[in-house]
Amino acid sequence: MENQTSTIQLVQASLVRRKRKERFLKGLGLSAICFAFLMLATLVISLVASGHSAFVQTHVTFEVFVDPDEIREKRLPRGGFDDALAASLAEYLPGVDLSDRATKKQVEKILSNGAQFHLRDLVVADPSLIGQTIELTVPVSDPYDQLNKGGIDPDTPEENRRLNDKQIAMFNQLVAADTISKPLNWGLIINADSRFPELAGLKGALIGSAWALLVCFLISFPLGIGAAIYLEEFAPKNRFSNLIEVNINNLAAVPSVVFGLLALSVFIGWFGLPRSAPLVGGMTLALMTMPTIIIATRAALKSVPPSIREAALGLGASPQQTVFGHVLPLAMPGILTGTIIGLAQALGETAPLLLIGMNAFITSAPDGPLSSATTLPTQIFIWADSPERGFASRTSAAILVLLGFLITMNAVAIFLRSKFERKW
Amino acid sequence: METAAETAAPKITAKNVDVFYADTQALHNVSVDIPDRQVTAFIGPSGCGKSTFLRCINRMNDTIPICRVSGDITLDGQDIYDPNVDPVQLRAQVGMVFQKPNPFPKSIFDNVAYGPRIHGLSKDRAELEGIVEKALRRAALWDEVKDRLDTPGTGLSGGQQQRLCIARAIATRPEVLLMDEPCSALDPIATAQIEELIQDLSSRFSVVIVTHSMQQAARVSQRTAFFHLGNLVEFGNTDDIFTRPSDSRTEAYITGRIG
Repeated sequence: MENQTSTIQLVQASLVRRKRKERFLKGLGLSAICFAFLMLATLVISLVASGHSAFVQTHVTFEVFVDPDEIREKRLPRGGFDDALAASLAEYLPGVDLSDRATKKQVEKILSNGAQFHLRDLVVADPSLIGQTIELTVPVSDPYDQLNKGGIDPDTPEENRRLNDKQIAMFNQLVAADTISKPLNWGLIINADSRFPELAGLKGALIGSAWALLVCFLISFPLGIGAAIYLEEFAPKNRFSNLIEVNINNLAAVPSVVFGLLALSVFIGWFGLPRSAPLVGGMTLALMTMPTIIIATRAALKSVPPSIREAALGLGASPQQTVFGHVLPLAMPGILTGTIIGLAQALGETAPLLLIGMNAFITSAPDGPLSSATTLPTQIFIWADSPERGFASRTSAAILVLLGFLITMNAVAIFLRSKFERKW
Repeated sequence: METAAETAAPKITAKNVDVFYADTQALHNVSVDIPDRQVTAFIGPSGCGKSTFLRCINRMNDTIPICRVSGDITLDGQDIYDPNVDPVQLRAQVGMVFQKPNPFPKSIFDNVAYGPRIHGLSKDRAELEGIVEKALRRAALWDEVKDRLDTPGTGLSGGQQQRLCIARAIATRPEVLLMDEPCSALDPIATAQIEELIQDLSSRFSVVIVTHSMQQAARVSQRTAFFHLGNLVEFGNTDDIFTRPSDSRTEAYITGRIG
């Protein structure tokens, strides 16, 4: 008897081991979370580091003489807008001789290619400007933008630079004349895509994504909830409904590129819908989002306590009244959360949209769900593929915009969930 | 009084009822006559089938896919398992109160008004308010909640919630009220209130109550059925069951030797 240790001693001995295990588990979880945060921070920091310069854009502000010799009212909208701009800009560049064609070309190239169109639009809108001097603020072209942002180092040997010493000297003259500014780059949001990085913006992609998501929501939300309600509340539980359930779960795991191929052959091939259209993009995304919504809705319906169903049925409510009056409202927070997570997935989806041609180069924003458009992720894809230096930072900036939208959508999901939960 | 009830036609008649869950038989050949305007108690140990039988009376077992019921159950002579009988209509006639209070996560008013609303029992708001007030008064809850009818029913105490569920069930003016262990989650004071209520309600409806408490059955019921292992062992006047049980199993149960 004396050799036998008491229960309390045994417990104490094992307690040390149990506590150690617990600490180990806690530490493991904590380090996993730290690791995840570290990765997230690395991602965001690297994106901000490479993308922050795209949120500002170097502009030049100068007096433009709308020369009646170059720009004639009769010949609008054609005419020598570029010549007038070059001549006016040269006023700020003492010692630069515009009669030398190569030099004139270089002066013209300081300004963005869009500057002449900007001036043209102003003059077309108001022909009385001809013969007057107006102050104009236009973006500079990408190499000068890079120079101003430090992307081009004047100390590197001349033959390794995109701008030669003369060009840099001209830009420094403009800086000395206090004409160069670096305001916020609203063009990133309000311009459509362009070949020229300094003009390229996300307007087309934003509107395209909005249309595609709207179509996706309108298709997948009612269909997904309807399917989930039927399967969860009304369908008999037999081998056939099991088969459907397994297939819906499989559908959620199908690689998105497969849905793109399906959409290409069915929506565009058979139905003859236009390529690159947000309508088709939205329908394709709806195929992908629907299984997510069905699964989330079924889980939300399952989590409604059976006592609520019994209470309603026991009062003589029909199954339909029970579902729509009691079960569905209680499941709504879960359904909305699942839907928004599904839509957020759809917002970031690229592969299926590439297959239906939503990576086309389109320089105007879509004016409806049937006109050609890009979406945010496909725009990122296009820009990441472009060789111009300016697109590198714009790609990162576009990713930041996309991440901003995703964070907003998730915040909305959390807000809706808490709002609907408080109502009860 | 008792003799009158015995001679009157029973409200509910069950004949040779068998219930199966998949391949397991939960009830064996149960036959019972439930009188009108009296309290009938079902007692028996856990898993004896008393709740299962109760749920046959308003066809709540229909919601369990693997459950199969055979035999005849009639309400006022009408077979309730007849294909022409809509369970929705049946459940409006046969109300039910569950073991755990299950108010809807809505206001107290909406809880009670739900049944009258879906069955169209009122023409306008004033009439509906009258029905709600009457139901809450009969459930002895009116004085406690009359100033906060728009607060959530889930915010009430357990006993109040159960009385709310009773008010909700009687607001649809059922002919039979089924109660599945309505006091098992309540303290003695709330239990006493509910028992008083049951007595009161039996002047209008036929009340069938499942209970674990033999004292409760003795207190509230006029008729008692004792179930054991899926069989109806004994059915008779409550006084006889508790004082002169004819079956040895009944005697063993009420004296605490089995259960």
